[in-house]
Amino acid sequence: MENKVIGKDVNKIDALGLVTGEPVFTDDIKLPNMLHIKFLYSPHANAIIEDIDTSEAEKLPQVHLVLTYKNTPQVCHTTAGQGWPEPSPYDTCMFNKHVRYVGERVAAVAAETEEAAQEALKLIKVKYNVLPKVFDPEEALKDSAVKVHEEEYIQGVVDPKRNLVSHIEVKAGDVEKGFKEADVVVEHTFETQFAQHCPIETHATISYLDENGRIVIRTSTQVPYHVRRIVSQVLSVPLSKIRVIKPRIGGGFGSKQEIILEEVCAFVTLKTGKPARAVYTREEEFISSRTRHPMKITVKIGAKKDGKFTAIKMYALSNTGAYGTHGLTVASNTGSKTLPLYNKAPNVEFIADVVYTNLPVPGAYRGYGATQGYACLEQVVDMVAEKLNIDPITIRKINHIRKGETSPIFEALGEGREGVVQYIESESIDTLIDIGAKEIGFFEKWGKKIRNGSKVRGVGMSLHMQGSGIPKIDMGSSIIKLNEDGSVNVLYGGTDIGTGLDTVVAQIVGEVLGIKPDSVIVYPSDTDITPFDKGAYASSGTYISGGAVKAAAINLRDQILKVAREMFKELDSKDYILENGFVISPRSAKKVSLSEIAYDTLYVKKQKQLIGIGSFMSESSPPPFAAHFVEIEVDEETGIITPIKYVAAVDCGKVINPELTRGQIIGAIVNGIGYALSEEYKFGENGRMLNPNFFDYRIPSSRDVPEILPIIVETFDPTGPFGAKSVSEININGPIPAIGNALFDALGIRLNSSPYTPEKVLKAIRNKQ
Amino acid sequence: MKVHYKINEKDYSFEIHPGKVLLDVLRENGFTEVKGNCYMGTCGACTVIINGAPKTSCTVLAAQVNDAEIITIKGIGSVLKPHPLQEAFIKKGAVQCGYCTPGTILSAYALLQKNPNPTDEEIKRAIDGNLCRCTGYVQQIEAIKFAIKLLTEEK
Repeated sequence: MENKVIGKDVNKIDALGLVTGEPVFTDDIKLPNMLHIKFLYSPHANAIIEDIDTSEAEKLPQVHLVLTYKNTPQVCHTTAGQGWPEPSPYDTCMFNKHVRYVGERVAAVAAETEEAAQEALKLIKVKYNVLPKVFDPEEALKDSAVKVHEEEYIQGVVDPKRNLVSHIEVKAGDVEKGFKEADVVVEHTFETQFAQHCPIETHATISYLDENGRIVIRTSTQVPYHVRRIVSQVLSVPLSKIRVIKPRIGGGFGSKQEIILEEVCAFVTLKTGKPARAVYTREEEFISSRTRHPMKITVKIGAKKDGKFTAIKMYALSNTGAYGTHGLTVASNTGSKTLPLYNKAPNVEFIADVVYTNLPVPGAYRGYGATQGYACLEQVVDMVAEKLNIDPITIRKINHIRKGETSPIFEALGEGREGVVQYIESESIDTLIDIGAKEIGFFEKWGKKIRNGSKVRGVGMSLHMQGSGIPKIDMGSSIIKLNEDGSVNVLYGGTDIGTGLDTVVAQIVGEVLGIKPDSVIVYPSDTDITPFDKGAYASSGTYISGGAVKAAAINLRDQILKVAREMFKELDSKDYILENGFVISPRSAKKVSLSEIAYDTLYVKKQKQLIGIGSFMSESSPPPFAAHFVEIEVDEETGIITPIKYVAAVDCGKVINPELTRGQIIGAIVNGIGYALSEEYKFGENGRMLNPNFFDYRIPSSRDVPEILPIIVETFDPTGPFGAKSVSEININGPIPAIGNALFDALGIRLNSSPYTPEKVLKAIRNKQ
Repeated sequence: MKVHYKINEKDYSFEIHPGKVLLDVLRENGFTEVKGNCYMGTCGACTVIINGAPKTSCTVLAAQVNDAEIITIKGIGSVLKPHPLQEAFIKKGAVQCGYCTPGTILSAYALLQKNPNPTDEEIKRAIDGNLCRCTGYVQQIEAIKFAIKLLTEEK
């Protein structure tokens, strides 16, 4: 049967309120007597607070509360908004006596105005015992290194004496044997940088007490349920006393899968009884929220003359900064989301070390380790091809995973623990590669080094997979109730952070019940009202939350069919059709509207509320696939790389909403282009970030965007709602390797770190000469 | 000090601290449709139109624009009666998180006031100061072009 709503460009259901500037974001509401919270940050990369005097600050008339480690709960926890039990170490308190990076919070002031709070910060006197610091992860691993975490109470850290948060080792076959069998072996090391998510809405939280004295937290988060659980843990307040509301979120990209402001706001409200507000400035967002894990990755590939890989070895050294949030799982994904792509290699090894340093704290960021893994892997694949005189397309076609196949890595490596056995149930990589290559004109341009004065053209490609949710862990759930006019309310815990998930949900429910998306009222993420959902991360919105609402819709549909069958006085409802708000029996041509069914069940006969419930947890994490192609122009005189055209051919299963899907693809690519070309933290000698603003940390603007062509190749994944897989993260993985490969095609140079700044390009050109 | 503005064609007087920037004065007085938080004029989320020109309200002192005519996103359309630019942004998938959208639409609105038929390059230049991290701009540019079509049809 043809889909009525799925696959259609339904307008984003929250867009009208957004384009008209309605007060839908966290900080758009103002409460009477609200206290404004401002933070004092450590100027040192590593120091013990010997003494902190807040008495002068407390004397200011408008100041209500000053917080430090002395008067706040010293509950060791992780700020990572992950499912319980969290795979991240418990290594931080709300405020720490030992501060471990420039930008760590030392104190907070809650005052009647922001100005008063700022004034009070200046009056706080802190005496630091400044300690030696360590910035380089390789240094940090040495026995002689500064110990970033020496406290007794941390949990979940492999070896604090070596600053080693996690060590991962996964083997399949014997790589050394594989390298011996190879005709060529290529090894290359690539380093990625500190980069920030830069959601245009910074972190924001407000909290207040409701009429019964419960704490309400309205916050810009991706993980409302994890916020509730972790705030309860940190403040030792019963979970039942906390309500978390997620309004519209102004982008997250992973930075808001973290509990940063919520516990402080809630604590201020608890202590003062007053509403509290904390909103990060752009500078604070840079220095004190979260970043992407910088990694140093070495990939070694052995291959036969015919191009078939005999072994792949990957080593990732991940810098998790001062705290270990997401450290283990991001590094796990560096291997688990990349290596299965080339399952033709019988021997595979992945080793990773996750290391503390005295630098800002990386966390979750779109791509989640896979981005760093692909940055290196996909360039090494090209290097192998070059050595064998095979083109980049052929070598990938020889080695990539196919439908019906598996990889030992799936089972060996999960999110910080063992993974699950899984077979690929939908895949169209060859088609993606062919379409993308044709669109960019790969074979016409590749190796041609077309020149115009000092400017040289090059083309490059890269291949990717990701996942859809975390198998056997991620769960979402939903409740759907039927109203008198045949409309439904969907209550679900999922978190639309701008992606369009609420709209996708309306389409899925509309499709199952045979009603228009307009008749589906979606109410997301309010811990008092909606059922549990683990939140927005791991590319799981459509797949997991969508799976949950589909299950609930089917549950409601079954009840509707039962009522209709009784009304029609028929024996079974197997062949009934739901369309345009009616239930139809093709046998008897009888029909009844959902509105009539609702009136009947609410007011007339065997009265009850028809209500569907459903949960969804996946046994596997079906990967979407993408083939990226880019044409660049590089100026030999200035070292400037300009992307000219970017093609991304993507298989994300069945597309629920094409326009929203396009948006996810293009947005991720542009984010990735920024990561590849210009975005990086610059640090001073003391570990202070020197460029915490959009002047000096350049994210792409409208004029930096090349022609971008997203091409969607539909497949059908039997495990996803209507055949859908994920799409939100995968496409950020392409720009670093694809542009890197295009740079090699143009000039024969290969950089060993991102971003590809003009300085690095020029240096490489000079070294080559 | 007292300042007076005409905001979205209505007269307002506010008592302000002379050091306040316009963004904060507007938000504190209920104009929360003006978003923003960089206070350096770099992200464009706080764009409003002041005396006909799009400006980042986080870098304008409120006192400095006393007696100005200001247009916020609420001045060009509403939930009940959206402007063609707003309709186009909805229709063309140009809204993801929506935080930058009011500012971007106002930059486009100011452009179309002066130049009803801009080239692609002129459109890109007009919204160059409005950073967006979600969309990658492509659908925003498509939406502005679609709005031009709608506006032409209206005439």
